[in-house]
Amino acid sequence: MKIKKLFSGCLVTTCLIAAAAIAADNSKMMSVQVKTTSLRNSPSFISKACATLAYGDRVEVSSTKGPWSKVNTQKGATGWVHTSALSPKKIVLKSGQETAQTRASNDELALAGKGFNSDVEGEFKKQHKNINFIWINKMEKMRVTSAEMQRFLKEGSITPREGGAK
Amino acid sequence: MLTFSPAKGQILDVLSDIGAEIGKQTGALTPEQAEAIKKAGKAVNKTFEAITPEQEYYIGRTVGAVIINKYPPYDNDQANRYLNLIGQSLAQFSDRPETFGGYHFLLMDSNEINAFSAPGGLIFISRGMLNCCKDEDALAAVLAHEIGHVQHQHGLQAIKKSRLNSAFTILATESAKQFGGQDLKDLTTAFEGSINDITSTMMNSGYARSCEKEADKTAVEIMKRAGYNPNGLTEMLMEMKKHLKPGGLDFAKTHPSPDSRIKDLTKLIGPYQRVTMPVKRQARFISETGN
Repeated sequence: MKIKKLFSGCLVTTCLIAAAAIAADNSKMMSVQVKTTSLRNSPSFISKACATLAYGDRVEVSSTKGPWSKVNTQKGATGWVHTSALSPKKIVLKSGQETAQTRASNDELALAGKGFNSDVEGEFKKQHKNINFIWINKMEKMRVTSAEMQRFLKEGSITPREGGAK
Repeated sequence: MLTFSPAKGQILDVLSDIGAEIGKQTGALTPEQAEAIKKAGKAVNKTFEAITPEQEYYIGRTVGAVIINKYPPYDNDQANRYLNLIGQSLAQFSDRPETFGGYHFLLMDSNEINAFSAPGGLIFISRGMLNCCKDEDALAAVLAHEIGHVQHQHGLQAIKKSRLNSAFTILATESAKQFGGQDLKDLTTAFEGSINDITSTMMNSGYARSCEKEADKTAVEIMKRAGYNPNGLTEMLMEMKKHLKPGGLDFAKTHPSPDSRIKDLTKLIGPYQRVTMPVKRQARFISETGN
């Protein structure tokens, strides 16, 4: 009887440890919550980008340094991403990928393209033909690369504080 | 001693869960109806923070389009490129350098003294505001202030709670399927209302004084991190004071007075110290902006 109790006690403990390990493991998984972002060699925006990550990509966070997360991608790459680009939620990109779990917990999963989306913008445009989006699209193409920023700051004798972005 | 004191939202969640469960148990509701009530109950407790970065991006695009409809863009590639070099560099030093679509900056062809930031990072500066800037550090201060509004999501906070309730309730009860027909129309109505809440706050009533103070504080921090002199903000405000007309429909109406902002700034960065500008930085400011 005692052995049985001991056995069941051990089993419960093992289950709890396993559950805790799974929870800990899950908490390290994050999703990219911006259109695209760079995976960098070191935790700084002036560091060279080694890969590009896209919306919904899952990454495993192995460590953090200030606002930066060191991540492993599913394609096997390792590098640093600013944590503001990441979400703990799993982002489901297509409605076909949705599972019963999606309906069960909106706190753990987010459906990309749900809510205020391109369909809603399209409907808004239909109702407001005087509102023009041409310049918004032009603005979004106005991009400055990391190298251009560095050159710009250097030429203007602007010296970022050590550590840069927080 | 550890105590548990649930937030009001949590209590409402529990109540809606209990109500739905009773309805299901007594046969008054089908399991699907009970589930819908639970989700709707949770939905109405959500705040602007539940808006995803992707949704914020779509709100920001339309807010930006409404701004451009009122203030035409200044179609000058060189000046806009310069604005983006300063602005996008500054954004990297904010606490929120990554937004869904990134930060982008545009000059508006208007002599009014105005600057707007749409949620998600689309930022607009009028030529009238540019004229209040005598050097790059002053212009950087204007942009950093607007980045501050984006970082703290002041635009999204202007959306009325009732508007968010409608949107989140539609989303919660219609969780899985693609939107179409009436759902899309209802969602667009909530969207339209949200855009109106934000643009009317930005253009007419102005953000709360506490939001402006927060944006100034953030601007100082961003400028220090990037390597610009935060006294540039003070100099811009001193210049703005000369240009603002009493009763004007621009910053005179939507922002605290330059004097009160300078007073608050002094508490953050100490007494004003004149900004000395490296020759090259001043030369490029003049050549790129024509100021």
